Amino acid sequence: MLTTNKIITGIAVLIGSALLFTGCPSGQGSLLDRGDAAQKTYVAPGEYDEFYAFFSGGYSGQLSVWGLPSGRLFKNIPVFSQDPESGYGYYEESKPLLQTSYGFIPWDDSHHPHLSQTDGIADGRWIFINGNNTPRIARIDLQVFETVEILELPNTGGNHASSFVTTNTEYIVGATRFSIPFDADLDVPIDSYKDNFDGAFSLIKIDPETGKMELDFQIIVPAYNYDLARPGKGKSADWIFFTTYNTEQAHTLLEINASANDKDYVAALNWRKAAEYVRDGRANLIDAEYYHNYYDKSQGMAVSEIKDNVLVLDPKDAPGILYFMPTPKSPHGVDVDPSGEYLVAGGKLATVIPVHSFSRMLEAIENERFIDEVNGIPVLDYEATIIGEVENPGLGPLHTEFDGRGYAYTSVYISSEIVKWSLETFEVVDRIDAYYSIGHLMIPGGDTVNPYGKYMVGLTKTAKDRYLPTGPKQNHPAQLYDISGDRMQLLLDFPTIGEPHYAQAISRDKIMPNSQRIYELSDNNHPHAIKRVADARVEREGNVVRVYMANIRSHFRPDNIEGIKIGDTVYFHLTNLEQEWDVVHGFAIKGMNNAEVLLAPGQTKTLKWEPKRTGIYPFYCTAFCSALHQEMQGYVRVSPAGSDVALSWRTGDLLTN
Amino acid sequence: MSLQSRILIIFAGLILIPLWHIPFWSISMSAPQYPEGIGMYISINNIEGHNRHDIQSINILNHYIGMQEINKEEIPELRIIPWIVIGMIAFAIVAGLTASQKLLASWIVLFVLLCIAGIVDYWWWGYEYGNNLDPQAPIKVPGMSYQPPIIGTKQLLNIKASSWPYWGSVFMMLSISFAMAARYIPGRKL
Repeated sequence: MLTTNKIITGIAVLIGSALLFTGCPSGQGSLLDRGDAAQKTYVAPGEYDEFYAFFSGGYSGQLSVWGLPSGRLFKNIPVFSQDPESGYGYYEESKPLLQTSYGFIPWDDSHHPHLSQTDGIADGRWIFINGNNTPRIARIDLQVFETVEILELPNTGGNHASSFVTTNTEYIVGATRFSIPFDADLDVPIDSYKDNFDGAFSLIKIDPETGKMELDFQIIVPAYNYDLARPGKGKSADWIFFTTYNTEQAHTLLEINASANDKDYVAALNWRKAAEYVRDGRANLIDAEYYHNYYDKSQGMAVSEIKDNVLVLDPKDAPGILYFMPTPKSPHGVDVDPSGEYLVAGGKLATVIPVHSFSRMLEAIENERFIDEVNGIPVLDYEATIIGEVENPGLGPLHTEFDGRGYAYTSVYISSEIVKWSLETFEVVDRIDAYYSIGHLMIPGGDTVNPYGKYMVGLTKTAKDRYLPTGPKQNHPAQLYDISGDRMQLLLDFPTIGEPHYAQAISRDKIMPNSQRIYELSDNNHPHAIKRVADARVEREGNVVRVYMANIRSHFRPDNIEGIKIGDTVYFHLTNLEQEWDVVHGFAIKGMNNAEVLLAPGQTKTLKWEPKRTGIYPFYCTAFCSALHQEMQGYVRVSPAGSDVALSWRTGDLLTN
Repeated sequence: MSLQSRILIIFAGLILIPLWHIPFWSISMSAPQYPEGIGMYISINNIEGHNRHDIQSINILNHYIGMQEINKEEIPELRIIPWIVIGMIAFAIVAGLTASQKLLASWIVLFVLLCIAGIVDYWWWGYEYGNNLDPQAPIKVPGMSYQPPIIGTKQLLNIKASSWPYWGSVFMMLSISFAMAARYIPGRKL
């Protein structure tokens, strides 16, 4: 009988728990809590969000812009990937931005956006983001929300530990995730890894006025994987910290072979001292081909500069710039608290969250508490630098942000949660579920010296049952939490674009007043711009035909073009003559193998067209610009090669022949 | 004429100088698509947008109804009126220096006449723009004219046009008030 009772109880428990797991997918709080959450995220129509948030696009290669706390999408800014919607990467002016030493690369994997900073606080001038695949860093101008510069990094295989800025945007950091031979074309066996492969840190200098990037120098480091980076702040502002994994130096089956060591390293680089060494001539100039592409706002056109060398500093020649701090175990993130004292590493296979102390690190260096040396880089004693180990942090801690009130928040991937812990006691004080498998988290300003400390965004990897299902592959979710109280509270759960890795957020006051409404036509120095309708024309020079076309409500000028021949290369130089905010025109022509293009007010852009068939080609405005948008159209006649149809164009009356 | 009156009439002239920089009239157009506002200011020597490019945007809107372009180069008044105002300033100074009650009275009468002429001229331009429409205009609403109000508010299709005095008018009012005070408030005789 006892056994039967046990079985019945067992079945009851099973049914009960099944209901528990299937009944309510969110499992969050009471109805009252939810009502409260709705109020906290409600931004009434016509009102503004408190924060701009920038989510990386991951494999979309882009950067999306959101409002917090509403979770509304404002814009998807094309960065590393072509965007047929705007024509970015297709129209001629933008193409140089995507040039690399490997040719035209129309996509990338964008990971870690970082806002420019002044005195350790995000200032809203620019946002930088790294391309992980073909190593690059892009700069987006936050007056216009457009990508204006892309810098390729040589000697780098996967620029993952990037694009973090120092506290006054002196430098942006890059680092190799996959160590490779410095000579990019070196043809060697893969198992000569230990002999031929090296790691590189990149220090990219930022012009304080223009934001323009320049690869100042690189540092050659052991052939490990460098995962993430964080410049210090306050007392540690002269330092940048990097995580390493694969200190085993495996080159195959890394999931096993790079997980052998109990501890890998957090590398601490004194960038100011390193820069001084470089100025003193301790670096070597080596050959390295890489592209520097930038957009001239007044010309409205990007150019590519091909660089052929880079200064490389070897820590052996530069004592005191670089130290390794042993850290368990294959650490992913390394994050610095607002005071600059605590360096929190997320050992993704570790059972604790190790916290190093910056001042203890300096003491250990002072007292030479070294246990080893690698390539001239002293390895510090773990006991000498560690100040705390957060116990019971869940499985797979990754990234940490701070609220400015003495608490840290760490994302924990495997146990799919966020843990809040005290920077005083190093004890967990709260934890909350993430939906599901969280990667990065972001507190607005949570990586700066002055976090806003009100909201937190979790960026998770799988949606599973969170929304209406959309097939086997679903968009990645984000969750918004209220962290103003003692307990974290889930407010919002919404799908995103691409795969957001890291994100940034900033008060609207830092961006809104500077947001540009138009491109001033009077400042448009594009060589093929036209400033007045009367300048619209078509010119032939051999096989090249240039159409100088005006776009203005609600017509194109010219809108009838004849005398184009097979074999011609036609450039449509389109200028939007509008000077009114948000009045956008588009241009598309039948059979265009390229893309359509959108023109902001006052902008000039060029589409290249090589018609392959004779006939009549309609073109039209793709952006619903006005009441007579549907009338904004025209025709191009394409005649056979050698035809004697004269070049002519018109709008309304015959303009010229 | 008292010293007070002489100073007042000279002030009445000098206080017109800001009119070169401060518009005396403003036309605002409100429509759902223009939360940022659109409109124009009228000064004695200029017509300009509330925002830098408003005149262009207004012209683009107006071309749909066939209204001729507002182009300040084609409005001769903007070149003539400044000279008239210079004349009035000089006149006021002469009246003050010569202490002539007759000149003062003539100045007041002339000022009022010029204001009336100005309003008539303004109405005439409004009538021209509002009624003299291109017959080929894409938007034709039978019986509709687009004359803006001289003062007040009028709904013109989707646009609510409001026309009101602007700060420059305050200087004009001050000017005529000073002149009236010079004429009618007795001061100490010299």
